[in-house]
Amino acid sequence: MTENNLKVTINGREVLCSRNETILDAARKADVNIPTLCYDDRLEPYGGCRLCIVEIKDVPRPVPACTTRVKDGWEVLTETVEVRRMRKNILSLLLSNHPNDCMRCEATGNCALQTYSYEYGVDGDRFAGESWNLPIKDDNPFIVYDPNKCILCGRCVRICNDVVMAGTIEMTGRGFDSKPDTSFGKPRTLDNCEFCGQCVSTCPTGALIDKKGCGKGRAYEMKKVKTTCSYCGTGCSYYLNVKEGEVIKVTSDYEGPVNKGNLCIKGRYGYDFIHSPERITTPIIRKGDKQVEATWDEALDLIAKRFGEILEKSGPSALGGFSSARCSNEENYLLSKLVRTVFKSNNVDCCARV
Amino acid sequence: MVKVNRMALKKKAASQAGKKVKPKTSARTKTVARGKGPAAKNLTIKVCVGTGGLAAGSQDVIDEFGKQLKAHGIKAEIAKKCVNKTGCRGFCAKDVIVEINQNGSTEVYQLVTADKVSRIVEEHIIGGDPVDQWLVGPDYHAFHDKQTKILLKQCGQIDPENIQAYLDIDGYKGLKKTLSQTPFEVIEEVKASGLRGRGGAGFPAGLKWEFCSMSDSPEKYIICNADEGDPGAFMDRAIIEGNPHSVLEGMIIGGYSIGAKEGYIYIRAEYPLAIQRLEIAITQARKRGFLGKNILKSGFDFDLIIKQGAGAFVCGEASALMRSIEGKRGMPRAKLWRSAVKGLWDKPTVLNNVETFANIPLIIEKGADWYKGFGTENSTGTKVFALTGKMKNTGLIEVPMGMTLREMIYDIGGGMTGKKNLKAIQTGGPSGGCIPAEHLDIPVDFDSLASVGSMMGSGSMVVVDEDTCMVDLAKFFISFTQHESCGKCVPCRIGTKRMLEILTRITEGNGKEDDIDLLLELGNDIKHASLCGLGQSAPNPILSTIRFFRDEYEAHIKYGRCPANACKSLRQYLVNAETCKMCGKCSRVCPSGAIIWEPRHKAELDKVNCVKCGACYDACPFNAIL
Ligand SMILES: Cc1cc2nc3c(=O)[nH]c(=O)nc-3n(C[C@H](O)[C@H](O)[C@H](O)COP(=O)(O)O)c2cc1C
Ligand code: SF4
Ligand code: SF4
Ligand code: SF4
Repeated sequence: MTENNLKVTINGREVLCSRNETILDAARKADVNIPTLCYDDRLEPYGGCRLCIVEIKDVPRPVPACTTRVKDGWEVLTETVEVRRMRKNILSLLLSNHPNDCMRCEATGNCALQTYSYEYGVDGDRFAGESWNLPIKDDNPFIVYDPNKCILCGRCVRICNDVVMAGTIEMTGRGFDSKPDTSFGKPRTLDNCEFCGQCVSTCPTGALIDKKGCGKGRAYEMKKVKTTCSYCGTGCSYYLNVKEGEVIKVTSDYEGPVNKGNLCIKGRYGYDFIHSPERITTPIIRKGDKQVEATWDEALDLIAKRFGEILEKSGPSALGGFSSARCSNEENYLLSKLVRTVFKSNNVDCCARV
Repeated sequence: MVKVNRMALKKKAASQAGKKVKPKTSARTKTVARGKGPAAKNLTIKVCVGTGGLAAGSQDVIDEFGKQLKAHGIKAEIAKKCVNKTGCRGFCAKDVIVEINQNGSTEVYQLVTADKVSRIVEEHIIGGDPVDQWLVGPDYHAFHDKQTKILLKQCGQIDPENIQAYLDIDGYKGLKKTLSQTPFEVIEEVKASGLRGRGGAGFPAGLKWEFCSMSDSPEKYIICNADEGDPGAFMDRAIIEGNPHSVLEGMIIGGYSIGAKEGYIYIRAEYPLAIQRLEIAITQARKRGFLGKNILKSGFDFDLIIKQGAGAFVCGEASALMRSIEGKRGMPRAKLWRSAVKGLWDKPTVLNNVETFANIPLIIEKGADWYKGFGTENSTGTKVFALTGKMKNTGLIEVPMGMTLREMIYDIGGGMTGKKNLKAIQTGGPSGGCIPAEHLDIPVDFDSLASVGSMMGSGSMVVVDEDTCMVDLAKFFISFTQHESCGKCVPCRIGTKRMLEILTRITEGNGKEDDIDLLLELGNDIKHASLCGLGQSAPNPILSTIRFFRDEYEAHIKYGRCPANACKSLRQYLVNAETCKMCGKCSRVCPSGAIIWEPRHKAELDKVNCVKCGACYDACPFNAIL
């Protein structure tokens, strides 16, 4: 059923597709970039922003690439004059209800609306009219929501409901007044929100912002360091955003093989320990009633020596290993190997066994 | 807008009826000699209790008949039995309509109120002499005679709350025939009939069923769309209130054909009477074995669930409706898969309109060829329309497809009220377009309406005369759609808002030189780039009025003038010194003291203080205010 037997051309480039694939999928195969605002790989296609409209030869009206499945023989054109004109008008309409505030917006340099408006040379005044002036919701320690910057792409709502399954936010209101919000507009608290920040990670504009990184630097100033989360054994990867040696925030690694950019509250927001003055950074050896900093070599030598003594004196059953769910599988395996082959004991367990 | 006109119309008709002394005798269906004294036997009184009738006071009329008959010694139980409740008869401008059948003679009264009942009972039922001045006039007959009623035929004739009444007129015969055939045969018959969906788009019903029947999913659904969101539309309500079993029967036949075991009727909560009648009908149909397990011992199981919608216009859109049934926000979903593959709960689903379903039992029972005898080649059958606006006879009509607008408005609708000429007809509600008077002779079918930039829509028709400003009319419709937009996609959510703002500034005299071009460009983009039918059709009223009445737009923008003199901010009142008779009435009614007048002096109007309410204009007995 998912055989690649449909022949489609995208701007003249031929690609083979299956009947389940959309024009957007086909364009990616052909290395053709189609602009999108409401699309996120982690979510079902939505078709809300209409920016991905393309023309198909002999089809009377333009179609959205993200929600149209390919048909055999289609000749798709993604950059015709008419399509670009319509995209420009769509962006103008968005800007007509958007604060002209890029210079002090957290998302500058990392905002899809800004990127496309620049690319399409959009005139923000063309459809000037009533625009929102709603209060900014800064009601919790992690997430700031400025509805005025929201373009209603629905990504936050979908990720919260379909991926996190938290159901914290939903589209509210109708027509021009619709916007994503919590039920009854209540603050996000631990009662209704996981604070996973997934909504922030998918927001293409500055409407949802990580509060902890506010005012600390622009996207282009930060060095992105890929790492693996140390909180649990799942092994999610993400980027530490580092400026002048300081970790300012965590952003998603959409290519992460384990988590595809998804994170939980700990991975996304639990990084304060990195720069904590109370953090233990070297091994410490207890000498009498004093705790003395040591090198790794000193510490490991001491451990090996003491284990050896116990083993000699009391035998293997006096030793065992208890590992942690926060370790990866590999780490847990290594511990059991140590206990069974070196200690010759079967006393191995892990807190995740319950 | 429409409402006000209809109210005015009702009042006017009421005063006419009161004055009339002797109607033309041809207006009556006289079959039996009168004056034979009291006759309580063979007496049936039919009172319209459709929503229109109830609003006009039919319950009071029923109660009063009961009381009067009792008071005059006509036995109470007879009285109770005699007063039948019937569904909408369509002639809403003259509600409450009461039909009295006595000894084989039928008389129809219009505009009956409770206080008229005693005279009707005394003179007609007891005295045998109908009260001529209250009988329906020739317009009632013109209204009915030109119509071809196959769906509305029983509405107003049978008791919608009694399944036996439906069975007596061959009800559920189509279902019995269906169960003796294969689903394939039934679908072929529906396809052959050429029936196209009555919900607006006109998609062939048989084809839709065929697509769905091809899926081998064990779970499928059939849904009846009774959301009826168009302002001014009430044909679906009338069919359900007048003959609910015809819709149920159509759905059961549909369920059998596509292989669904469960069906939903999605109906707006604002239709309490229709919902109540559906509930009664479903209960009765279950008792008689037309619904439930093993229907008529055929082995086919099918049941129906009523789902009430909260009355959002967009929930009439197929995919939004299904999301709403699923308990989600009523928001259209992009058509990655058609509903026949993934519809309700992602299972194959058929959705049809109320009227579409009501046609089905007739097609099955009488055959596709019989059905094709009505209408045109590509639009077969009849269509129910809701006529509203400045016509003499407003209400529901059913005509064969292909009748011209002229016949509908002048022959059935009785022509225009007042002296003003017809200017345009808005068909298809907020999704349709304005058709100017010069196109009155186009036949009303799916394709002809589309060719002039309008659409059939659900079948509402608003007739406007020269007093209506076309820019203002377009503004009315776009303000409806922009308010009802679900907000999902950009062109519809922000685009319609901007169109409304542009139209508003034009009607206030602040239009800009290139506003028409801007409207055309924006309209085109909203039509082409919106996700669902709401956005895709929202610009139609604007685009069609620009197409046919561009000069009115230009008059507003270039000269600050409203040719229909309807846009309040552009109105300018002044006193014509030549015709002013110095009576001073205008100065007494002006709420803002803008009229300067002293006894024996001509009135003068102070433009600065004038709030353009028009009170002076209405008050002046000499038409001296311009
Ligand atoms: C905004 C919008 C509102 C609609 N409202 C209704 C409605 O109230 N009733 C209806 O039958 N169809 C309505 N439709 C059409 C339905 O989407 C659908 O096409 C129809 O119910 C299918 O039935 P049919 O094939 O029998 O016409 C609406 C469509 C749109 C886009
Ligand atoms: S932080 Fe997580 S749970 Fe809270 S609203 Fe955002 S996505 Fe939903
Ligand atoms: S807050 Fe962001 S993600 Fe959510 S709808 Fe608005 S722009 Fe999209
Ligand atoms: S066209 Fe309008 S109603 Fe339809 S999906 Fe878009 S915003 Fe919603």
